[in-house]
Amino acid sequence: MANHTNHNSHAESHGSLKSYVIGFILSIVLTIIPLVLVMNPLFSKAGTIIAIMIMAVLQFVIQLFFFMHIREGEKPRWNVQTLVLGLVIVLTIVAGSIWIMAFNV
Amino acid sequence: MQQVANNHEHGHAHDHEHGHEDHEQLKVLGFWIFLVTDCILFGSLFATYAVLMHSYAGGPTGKELFELPGVIASTFILLTSSFTSGLAILAMNKGKVKELIGWLVVTALLGLSFIGLEISEFTHLVHEGATMSTSAFWSAFFTLVGTHGVHVSVGLFWMVAIMMQLRRRGLTPVTRRKVTTLSLYWHFLDVVWIFLFTVVYLMGVM
Amino acid sequence: MWESLKEFASWFFVTGDPLIYGAMVSIALTMVAIVFVLTKYKKWGWLWREWLTTVDHKRIGIMYLIASLLMLFRGGVDALLMRVQLAFPNLEFLHSDHYNAIFTTHGTIMILFMAMPMMFGLFNMVVPLQLGARDVAYPFLNAVSFWLFMFGAMLFNLSFVIGGSPDAGWLSYPPLSQNDFSPGPGQNFWIWGIQISGIGSLATGINFIVTILKMRAPGMKLMKMPMFSWSVFSSCVMIILAFPILTVTIALLYLDRFAGAHFFTMDGGGNPMMYLNLIWMWGHPEVYIVVVPAFGIFSEVVATFAKKKLFGYTSMVAAVMGIAILSFFTWAHHFFTMGTSANVIAFFAITTMLIAIPTGVKIFNWLFTMYRGKISFKQPMMWTIAFIPCFVVGGATGVMLSVAPADYQYHNSYFLIAHFHQVLIGGVVFGYLAGIYYWWPKLFGFKLDEKLGAWGFWLWNIGFYVCFMPQYALGFMGMTRRYYTYGWDLGWEPLNLVSTVGAFLMGAGFVFQVWQITYSIKHGERDTTGDPWNGRTLEWSIPSPAPFYNFAVVPQVKELDDFWRVKEEKANGTYKEEPVHLEPIHMPKNSGLPFIMSVCWFIAGFGFVWEWTWMAVIGMVGVALVMWARSFQYDTDYYVPVDEVRRTEASLGRVY
Repeated sequence: MANHTNHNSHAESHGSLKSYVIGFILSIVLTIIPLVLVMNPLFSKAGTIIAIMIMAVLQFVIQLFFFMHIREGEKPRWNVQTLVLGLVIVLTIVAGSIWIMAFNV
Repeated sequence: MQQVANNHEHGHAHDHEHGHEDHEQLKVLGFWIFLVTDCILFGSLFATYAVLMHSYAGGPTGKELFELPGVIASTFILLTSSFTSGLAILAMNKGKVKELIGWLVVTALLGLSFIGLEISEFTHLVHEGATMSTSAFWSAFFTLVGTHGVHVSVGLFWMVAIMMQLRRRGLTPVTRRKVTTLSLYWHFLDVVWIFLFTVVYLMGVM
Repeated sequence: MWESLKEFASWFFVTGDPLIYGAMVSIALTMVAIVFVLTKYKKWGWLWREWLTTVDHKRIGIMYLIASLLMLFRGGVDALLMRVQLAFPNLEFLHSDHYNAIFTTHGTIMILFMAMPMMFGLFNMVVPLQLGARDVAYPFLNAVSFWLFMFGAMLFNLSFVIGGSPDAGWLSYPPLSQNDFSPGPGQNFWIWGIQISGIGSLATGINFIVTILKMRAPGMKLMKMPMFSWSVFSSCVMIILAFPILTVTIALLYLDRFAGAHFFTMDGGGNPMMYLNLIWMWGHPEVYIVVVPAFGIFSEVVATFAKKKLFGYTSMVAAVMGIAILSFFTWAHHFFTMGTSANVIAFFAITTMLIAIPTGVKIFNWLFTMYRGKISFKQPMMWTIAFIPCFVVGGATGVMLSVAPADYQYHNSYFLIAHFHQVLIGGVVFGYLAGIYYWWPKLFGFKLDEKLGAWGFWLWNIGFYVCFMPQYALGFMGMTRRYYTYGWDLGWEPLNLVSTVGAFLMGAGFVFQVWQITYSIKHGERDTTGDPWNGRTLEWSIPSPAPFYNFAVVPQVKELDDFWRVKEEKANGTYKEEPVHLEPIHMPKNSGLPFIMSVCWFIAGFGFVWEWTWMAVIGMVGVALVMWARSFQYDTDYYVPVDEVRRTEASLGRVY
């Protein structure tokens, strides 16, 4: 029985219209800022790259929390753990490749 | 003894009630793991792009050929479609099948126009003399962006299949799970595009 | 017409070598014989219903096992051909081209079409039984995985008679694997054979992760899970993280060949070294993917045959999971000599040395488990004991190779060859053989003959050292891998001859094992108890061979080695018999779709290999249609009634 109520609340907490709208607005803002930064460079080239990468990561986080409901679901959250591990490996692949190949380009 | 048997009985009834839903939950977890593998697939393509992004071999550069207006339009289209696929989930949670299908149709149309823009962009690039075999940079570009495009196209076919099933069967644990995984997939593709937009286009025109 | 047909055939089929003509004839004869037998005994329907459409993990496991043994045979014949060619200087047994093709297919087959399916076979045969589950998480997907592997392997092996074998080495480094140096379809066979079976491997990884996380019997906390299942978990984590990289890498190589892309080419800004970088990001975890399950097998076998709890279970879990992560940070040690910054080399040398630590922990755990145990020297235990010294030496030479400055001397020499054969044969093959001997009775209901097995064991082991110890020395003497011949003046002939003798001893060992299996089908000791080894884990609590639903009643687990606890409690009278309550069992229905879909993949793959776009399109449309059809299929499972469960159990000697 306890499980059942749990399930209902679980279904309801699948985000509200409000959270989707907030997520959407934030995504739009985080898309416009890098565009402006690239069109009218405020920082040096390296600074701009860092800034727009940070925006991209923030937008990723927003999608995860507001759209993909990463905080929900029963514990332990294996999906989150797999995702974190996957991201570590993605980072390794990209950074490692750049580092190793730096001598060869 | 009696109590143990009783517990068992209870567990059995519980099983029948929840067996199907548990099974669908299992598939959502599997789909998450699949998305992680897809993340790594794109990660490898990004790594290749990052290493080859200045290997123009005397050919045209991205800065010369990229046309940002179209790309910006695609970006907002895909962003909006990610939002509308979320609204589809909201409709599903309220149990409104028609509204759900309606939002899926909107999402699919947005996805379709995204693909249309991408095709016209690629045609334009080929016209300008940038093809798969022009240079390492363009090979990496077309493969990375094209793989994302193929993912979106597959998602469109899948969406059509799910809309047909929703019309036929309404909301069941199975169709609910399918809509859930589809929307996860769609949000994921939006996330990939954000990085594509940033790394390939924004950094490309800098 | 006739002329053009003849021209097509001479280009389509591999011609000009008596060895290959012989193989063609024998393949054709075998196929005719199979068709004849199936038709004569009216077994086509049986084959389709019971095997080709099955979603039962045990049957899928058995099919994996059979396929991997066939591939072991083919890879082994390749090895013997190479050893014959190298037995004496200046032999003309094989042409250089033929030799190149053989070392390429030997490596590819042994890793991807022998070790991987044998591993998946063991996953399938054991994991659900060990977890107290009735099937894997996604039985349909499991069948898809198997058939994708099978058709990928068939596509790869087809290159032997059609189109020509790949011959650019088992990892097909560019630029050698590019069109300029490897024209023709051989290299494409390599790409698509691996690509298709790789998709299946990835799906298996997802499937078993979810199975392990979600399908364990009630009460089985993760830290009460048998060690083999832990090792499978570790291996699957590596599979899902590594295989997408392989998919991308060889897809890019294909784009270079097919679409004129410039990823790894020498011109157009391409960079062949990027290929090395990418493929080893998969390749290094891959060797851990295959060896970690073997560690799990040794852990089960050691505990069972020493009749003791596994020493250091927690440290073993930590070691196995630590390796899964660490394995992703060592890839560059495969190309120290490529030329990169000193920092890169220092980093990867250190991470490589670090890997030896968790491995060492495991070796000590096994030794301490055996310490003061009452060891019974059955076949699984023999292989385990043989593994330990072999792997220690293999591991130590690995640490030698990780010393980057010294690696400039060892790189691509026979020292390296000896090292990786020692860890892969001593670790992986010995481990899987131990596992097969151990779990064979559970799957087939009889044990494999001890006496013939002992012959196989000793021939394999003696043969191994005779074959590979000389190769360490040959490496130091300057012999490089992939030489197809050498002169008298180099002084390599005695050691090469010894090595060849050793290879044939191992081959004889394999023959004894095949004999052992065929002999034991009739004369093997039947297992009527379901627990032939006095086992500790859940799979031994059910009858042998296991019924299709595995567990009539889902077990309630209280401890690690729960079946051992039950047996002990029964022995000292503290066991509380709980009333058994049979229920209808929920099972998946068989389906022909996985088979059909894989046939479509095969057609598409064949089209891609020959760069016949029309054929590739037909195949891919077929794949899409099957997926579409599956999406609309809702009637996919059923309940086994209690009566049938009771009858099946009774026929296996268990009355409820």
